This record gives sequence, structure tokens and C-alpha cells, in this order.
Amino acid sequence: MGEKIYNGIPASGGIAIGPALLYHPQGLSAPRRILRAEETKGEVDRYKEAMAKTRAQISELEAKMKDKLGEEHAAIFQAHQVVLDDPLFMDEIPQAIQTRRLNAEFLLVEALDKFRAVMATLDDSYFRERGGDIQDVGNRLIKNLTGAEKDVLKKLDREVVVIAVDLAPSDTVNMPTDTIKGFCTDVGGRTSHVAIVARSLGLPAVVGMQSLTAEVQDGDMIIVDGNKGLVVVNPLTPTLKQYQRLKESYEAFQKSLEELRALPALTPDNHQVTLAANVEVPQELDEIFRHGAEGIGLFRTEFLFLNREEIPTEEEQYSAYKELATKTGVSPAIVRTLDLGGDKFLSHLNPLNESNPFLGLRAIRLCLKRPDIFKAQLRAILRAAVHGPIKVMFPMISTLAEVRESKILLNLCVQELKREGQVFRSGIEVGAMIEIPSAAVMADLLIQELDFLSIGTNDLIQYTLAVDRVNEAVAYLYDPLHPAILRLIKMTVDACHKAGKWVGICGEMAGDPQFVPLLLGMELDEFSVSVSVIPEIKKVIRMMPFEKSKEIAQAALQMKTSEEVLKLIRDNVPPELKAILF
Amino acid sequence: MKLSEKLPIINKLGLHLRAAAELVKTANKFKSQIFIHHGVQNVNAKSLMGLMTLAAAKGTDLEFAIEGDDAKEAMAAIKALLANKFGEKE
Repeated sequence: MGEKIYNGIPASGGIAIGPALLYHPQGLSAPRRILRAEETKGEVDRYKEAMAKTRAQISELEAKMKDKLGEEHAAIFQAHQVVLDDPLFMDEIPQAIQTRRLNAEFLLVEALDKFRAVMATLDDSYFRERGGDIQDVGNRLIKNLTGAEKDVLKKLDREVVVIAVDLAPSDTVNMPTDTIKGFCTDVGGRTSHVAIVARSLGLPAVVGMQSLTAEVQDGDMIIVDGNKGLVVVNPLTPTLKQYQRLKESYEAFQKSLEELRALPALTPDNHQVTLAANVEVPQELDEIFRHGAEGIGLFRTEFLFLNREEIPTEEEQYSAYKELATKTGVSPAIVRTLDLGGDKFLSHLNPLNESNPFLGLRAIRLCLKRPDIFKAQLRAILRAAVHGPIKVMFPMISTLAEVRESKILLNLCVQELKREGQVFRSGIEVGAMIEIPSAAVMADLLIQELDFLSIGTNDLIQYTLAVDRVNEAVAYLYDPLHPAILRLIKMTVDACHKAGKWVGICGEMAGDPQFVPLLLGMELDEFSVSVSVIPEIKKVIRMMPFEKSKEIAQAALQMKTSEEVLKLIRDNVPPELKAILF
Repeated sequence: MKLSEKLPIINKLGLHLRAAAELVKTANKFKSQIFIHHGVQNVNAKSLMGLMTLAAAKGTDLEFAIEGDDAKEAMAAIKALLANKFGEKE
């Protein structure tokens, strides 16, 4: 069996080596889990419940079949009941749970595999095939076991590389990084959910693998090269050795970055900026300070709204924001209000069936249309702000009227909370995101009614250049160094500083080390980037003289093309930085 | 009591799933331990999965080894079941 190499899209850097775990969210994956002594009774109960459920399902099928096709055809389900009565299911599995202290589904799969192996040796094809009925019953039982326990990924007792068609937020929530070493998905791109989560957790990941799930068996040795976007299945020894060396040197480099953790984001000529983290899901909160962030420049709240039928209540949101405030302590955290289109979480909110959702009813527009949703979020934020220095930020502002309307609603919430005698903080700082060209152009007027601005470059680039970067046909036009983008950024920065206010940048552009020398020179006060790149960005800032970066920025604003801008950066950074960046 | 006897499978389909299920049901009516020896195999007659691995087609002789207080009754019931072709027509 030779090694096979597959190409995908590099989604999160690093190298992972480990056995494959084929993950089917609703499927029959049954990873082995060792139980603690006190867990065995609960596991036996869980198993017995699944047995009862399976029995009921088979009875139902039998009745249905009898109705439709008569007694004779229904008899097969009577046989299925007898399969369930088998000493294997009735006695051996529960005993094994107690004596071997393993989870039920693993023991079941093991027993069925053994049975299948025996059946496969039979000469008589009729009997060989009959094994399928027993497998069928076994599968039903396993399904009933795992269906009640969707979070198999959370209970692994060994290191794995997860291979899946796709991973949903419900799969990645609380994913333990001590057992999950990396992932590969058939679908997705650099900005899909899996990619973002992988980067924030610092897990190597390759996405857009097309049909890797069909090529890989559970337990196959897998190498995930998240730097190059390669996946090696069942590598030969020389390949494995080579990758082990690569992995070590990559990790050593990462470790050298971690030593910067406690140091400020200070240039050699003593210009200091704030280096903050973008947070996608709350489980990243524990990682942030380990990576040396000084706060949270963007706390996304979409996770609260996704994957569910109902809008989260004020209480539910309050406890999430309170957790944020408690975990960040004295460091500031900027909570961004809901940034989704209605179609993303509640279909009935978006009855229009928009043909152009990115230009449609989403983010602040949706919130202003549905003050009930918006107010619940604002009230929760105001209440949580007593636990730490939380700020609030509105996404997708395109006109001043939206800022004013949002502030009126915020004030309304303050009045309500006061009247109700609730504990909350009234003097919360309010900001807006600059991600629509009109807002950047009007930044001087917007900032007069706000405390800060934060530039969201992903959308700013998309809306300025009219490019959907997920669309492969036009993705080449998505260009952060386009001089028009640089001018809009500079315009926003100057407007804020003129008003004596601060301005940050929280798009992916800020997390690209090559762009940092330029952005630094644009005099942005805060860089908010995804957790995993914080050390790298800090390293660049600590090597880049501020005066020099200002010269770069000045010159860049006069450049005609992005190629010229990139060349300018390359030619003007100190040699030791050039060696790292280019 | 300990009994042992070779019994033939005479129904057309042999000890297929439904027939095996009938055998398990019959075996389960008795307290005795009921094992079937066939070649090198030795399976519990109360285990459908065990019976399936026998792949006993029509004409196979199976040796039933029964041990327990009701061994005699068990052997009689099993003998009747096999002779009755598990209730099947042919």
C-alpha cells in the first residue's frame, strides 16, 4: 500500500501527523473511550436505553410492514428482535462495559467486526449475505447510542486527525485540542467556518479536499500539511520522517514566537500599538492571553445565533458576555453586535429570499428592523459590562442615520434597565466598523458621534472593489494592497486622530505579516488579529522602526498598483525583517 | 442431565436467519445450556449470531449438546422444530 498525496486549500498553518478519524456527524463513527470506574454504571444504563429504543423502532417497523405487505414479510423484523435478544447484546456488551471499561458503541463495533469477519469466511454466499441483517440491527443500535451523543469528538482518548465532509460550529464547539491534532474537510475555503476555527485553535487544517472522505479509512496514517495545503495518506517511512522533522522545526519557530508573549507590541523606536485578538467562539478566550494579546478587538456574537431554531434570550447572551468580561479581566473587549443576514439563522426572518444578500438585509440593517432582537443583545451587553471593560461596536454602518438610530436604541435600553432597577454600566464606549466605502469616506462625521472606529478590511475590500472573493472567477481582484483600499484606511485613521479618538483594524489584512510594516505607518492604534498569528505580528512590529514605516505608508498612498506597493514594502523593511517576510 | 444427539437440517433454506431465530426462541424456553457442535465450531443455540456463523445448509447434521434439568424436554422440542422444518413449507 503506497502513500497517496492529495491537494487542498491551506486553511491553517502547521503540520499534524496522526491516525484518521472519519467523522460523520450523524454516522456510525465509534471512537474508543476509556471509562472511569464510576462511569460504567451510567454507560450500561445508556446502553440499555439504546437497546429499548432499538426494540421499539423494530416493533414499529414490523407493524408497518405487516400493514403494508403482510405477516410473512414482517417476520424478518421478528428475527431482528431475536438478534437483539442475543447473549452478545443482552449480556456480553454490558459485561464488557463493566470489565473492560470501554464505551458501548466501541464494544459493539468491535463485536460486529468480529462477527463480520467470521461470516466473510463462509463458503455459502447465502449465509454470507445474511450477516447483513445482524449488521443492520447492530448499526441501528449504534445509531441510537451515538445519536444521543453527537459529541464524539469531545470524548476521544487518543490523538487523531479528523477527516470530514464539513464541520459545523456545533462540531467544533469545545473541540479538545489535546486529542484533535488537525483536520481536513472535503468542502470549504480559507474563510469557511472550519478554517477560521482551525486558525484560532492553532490546529493545522486543509480544506476543499473534494472527496478525501471517500479515499480514507478510519485509522489510516495521515499527514496534514496546513502550510502547503497537502494531505498525505499512509505515508512511506521517508516521507513520514521528513514531515516529522518539518513539524519539529515549525513548532520550534512557533515556540520562539511565544517567548514574545509578555512583551509589548513596541517598535524599536518606541512607538506602541495595541495588539488585540479577534474572537470567533468563546473557547478561544483561554488561548488569547497565552498568545500575548492585550485585549479583544473583535468579539463576534454570531455563534450565539447559529445552529438553532430560536433567537438566544437576553439571559443566555448575558451569561456569554459575562464570561467574556470575567475571562478578559481588566483588558478591554469589544463586542460586535449581530453581523448576520436573517437567512443565516432564522429563515422566517428573511422572507425576501434576497438575490444579493451581501447587499441586503443583514447586520445592523437587520437589527434596526428587528429592535426586539437588537435590544435583547444590547441589554445583555450593558449588563455584562459591569464585570469588565466591555465596549460595543456596530457592524456594516453605511450612513450616519444608522449610528444615530443604534445609539437611540442603546439609550432606550439604558433607560429600561434603570427603570427595572437592573445592575448595568451606563457609560459604555460605542464604536462602529468601517467596512463600507461610504462609511470610510464619511469617517470624519461618524467619529464625532462615536468613541472609536474599527476597520473591517474583509468587507471593505469586497465592497470597494466589488469582488466576491469566494467566487473563484473573480477572486484575483480581491486585493488588500489596492491603492484605493489604502487611501480609505488612511482617510479613516486621519479622521479619528483629528477628532482625538482612536482607530483599530480588525480584518484579516491586519493579520498578514507582510502588510504590518505598511499598516503600522498608517498610524493605526490597534491591530486586532486572529489568535494564532498574534506572536508573529508582534515579532514584526518589534522589528519595524515606526519612522521607516511612516515613510512606507506615505509613499504607498502615491502608488498606482498593488504590485508597486508590495515592492515598496519589500525594499524598505530592515534586512532582518525582509528575511522573514519575503 | 447431559444429552447429546446429531440432528439433521431438512428444510430447503437451511438454518437461515428466520429459522435460526425460531431455534433461538425454542432454546430460550429452557434453562439448560444448549450448544451445537459442527466441525470445529461450537456455538450457543441461544445466540442467533452464533447460529448464523454455522451456515448450516439443508442436509447438515448438527450435534446438539444439552445440559441441565430440562435437557430432555429441550432436546425433544428442538427435534420437533427441526423435523417440522422450522414451520416452513419446504
